[in-house]
Amino acid sequence: MHAVVQYIQSYLDSDRTPGAAGNFFWATVYILLVFVGLSVAVIAMNWLERKILAHMQVRLGPMRVGPHGLLQPIADAIKLLLKEDIIPAEADATVFWIAPFIVVLAAFTVFVVVPFGPTHAITDMNIGILFMLGVSSLSVLGIVTAGWASNSHYPLMGALRSSAQMVSYEVAMGLAVVSAILMTSLNDQGTLSMIGIVQAQNAQQEWFIFKFFPLGLIAFAIFAVAMVAETNRAPFDLPEAESELTAGFHTEYSGFRWSLFFLAEYSAMIAVSSIAVTLWLGGWMRPFPNLLNGTTANLVFSLVPGATFLFLGAITFYNTARMPKHPLFRVQTIGLAGFGLVLAGIGLILFIPGVRVRIQDIFWFSAKVAGFMYLYIWYRGTFPRYRFDQLMKVGWKVLLPTGLALLILTAIVGMRAELLADLQGAWRR
Amino acid sequence: MLDISTLHYLVLGAALFLLGVIGVLTRRNVVIVLMSIELILNAVNLNLVAFSRFWQSIHGPSALHGQVFAIFIITDAAAEAAVGLGILIAFFRNKETVNVDEVNLLKW
Amino acid sequence: MNPPVATPFFFYLLAAVMIVGGVLVITRKNAVHSALALITTLLAQSALYLMLYAPFVAGVQIILYAGGIMVLFLFVIMLISIERTQRERQFNKQWLVGIAAAAALGGLFIAVYTTTTKGQVLFPNVGRVSYMESGNTQAIASLLFDRHLGMYMFAFEIASLLLLVAIIGAVVMAKKRI
Repeated sequence: MHAVVQYIQSYLDSDRTPGAAGNFFWATVYILLVFVGLSVAVIAMNWLERKILAHMQVRLGPMRVGPHGLLQPIADAIKLLLKEDIIPAEADATVFWIAPFIVVLAAFTVFVVVPFGPTHAITDMNIGILFMLGVSSLSVLGIVTAGWASNSHYPLMGALRSSAQMVSYEVAMGLAVVSAILMTSLNDQGTLSMIGIVQAQNAQQEWFIFKFFPLGLIAFAIFAVAMVAETNRAPFDLPEAESELTAGFHTEYSGFRWSLFFLAEYSAMIAVSSIAVTLWLGGWMRPFPNLLNGTTANLVFSLVPGATFLFLGAITFYNTARMPKHPLFRVQTIGLAGFGLVLAGIGLILFIPGVRVRIQDIFWFSAKVAGFMYLYIWYRGTFPRYRFDQLMKVGWKVLLPTGLALLILTAIVGMRAELLADLQGAWRR
Repeated sequence: MLDISTLHYLVLGAALFLLGVIGVLTRRNVVIVLMSIELILNAVNLNLVAFSRFWQSIHGPSALHGQVFAIFIITDAAAEAAVGLGILIAFFRNKETVNVDEVNLLKW
Repeated sequence: MNPPVATPFFFYLLAAVMIVGGVLVITRKNAVHSALALITTLLAQSALYLMLYAPFVAGVQIILYAGGIMVLFLFVIMLISIERTQRERQFNKQWLVGIAAAAALGGLFIAVYTTTTKGQVLFPNVGRVSYMESGNTQAIASLLFDRHLGMYMFAFEIASLLLLVAIIGAVVMAKKRI
């Protein structure tokens, strides 16, 4: 018994991730935390998407189910779980059943290497970014088999179009990622590990989006466009748009199986946003860690997480006060006030010094990823859809040459000292 | 049996190679024949990487020649699969069949 | 440096998955089922590469093989799949000769792997190999690209030429009118 407690405690003062330290207990705890956090994030994204999209379109969105529609995702989940499970008549039952699992597996396994902090990852593989790109490309297989197994025209065409789109934009993503990895080698030794990439940005004291201006910025822009196309989101959502192909490859899926696709899509969005944040936006580092250094600046920045939640709680209380004073609204008012209390409570907990220090990295990482999620919803509300040939043209004729040119330019600019020395040596000979 | 040595990996590679050979020699569907060829290439890759580990134990931790060779073989397999499937599509457009033993236009 | 954990258990599990996947590849009527079995075999092989301390090759296998070549296979299967191929005869007329040849090859393998010269087996056990914690990718890169240590630069360039030829060949072969 004492040995077990000591095993659990021996990790707490180590400076490596649980996977690297070989500690099974904490690795399992981290996996469960990531799983729960991801599920909460997907549920929150569901509500946020509907509300934000509605407000962008000058309407209100779901307001009835809970106070301000806060229980709408739960109602959706219950509905999906209770729906009848239909399998098309001539469909291949085994493949039909396996396809959503492949997509969910690919979308969730990616989170093994996502770094929420210098030791807050499940493990730190030394091929981290390669692993993430590879496993997220396995979801194409799930989509193709889903379309084929439905034994119907629309899903098959939707699956083929969707997988062609994903494969094309993976190339552009890969080139943008390689130019970011090149920048890590400006320290002594380049690295593919996610934690190593953020530490390289820390050591060079510059987020890679600002490095070799404008090369880092263009690489980030290429990745930002390619990641929206990779996850089949607007404006690249022709394969699954309702007015085009009657929901594409997941037409024949209903109830729980459809919710698996939906879960996998949002998880993939969060995963590629994590890649973008880690590679270009400095991962878990707070803004200006070197410029605004010092005890007061550190204190102010460490109060930001708690302050954010208190601010959200304050907005909730303000809306509680604005609720109609009708007796039928009493339950919703109490519910909203309770939600505000929960948010304010979390904010107050985040002010405690012990918690403050540990939660800081996770908060900044999550805040940046949340910014990307808002961008996804913003794109959906703003841009019209690309036609499929326009989509492929952008992927192959615009992003790919730009990515290649960027890679060569980044390599030349990064190695300019050695190149000049080589050229001078060759000139003298 | 319990200490996994190089020989274990070699035997596994040999078993996969045999399965691939049986697939190539006995199946009629061209796509499955191509997939059996991929099985054969994978068995070879497994042998190479197992030998690279063995070589590492003799020549130091940076003697990774087997792994480099395996990467080249994976690249090669991609090229070959692409060309093979292109040929398959061209033939299918002419004769509407995917069976290997119906590709007999040059027989007398 | 951490010693590997439960190596025999994982090796036998992955080996079983690979053999079962391989058998399913060569025996299924439906080409899509064969492709899915091959994907399982490739992923299990990638895990075996991780056990052999080759993480870069494992990553390349997942990206290229399972995520690229198998997608290509599935595309082609779906474009040319016709229902009547599943009702035809699956094995050709010389299956007996084929299996006899494979059995002969298997006998040859067994003969080679059980040879002992002067009482010592063919490949003696690997001792404790020092594993560079973060250096596998760098070591492969130095073998490929380093000016003084790299000996595979020429092969790398030829491989890129090979891919170019393959792209042109595939496009020409699949065009309707050249």
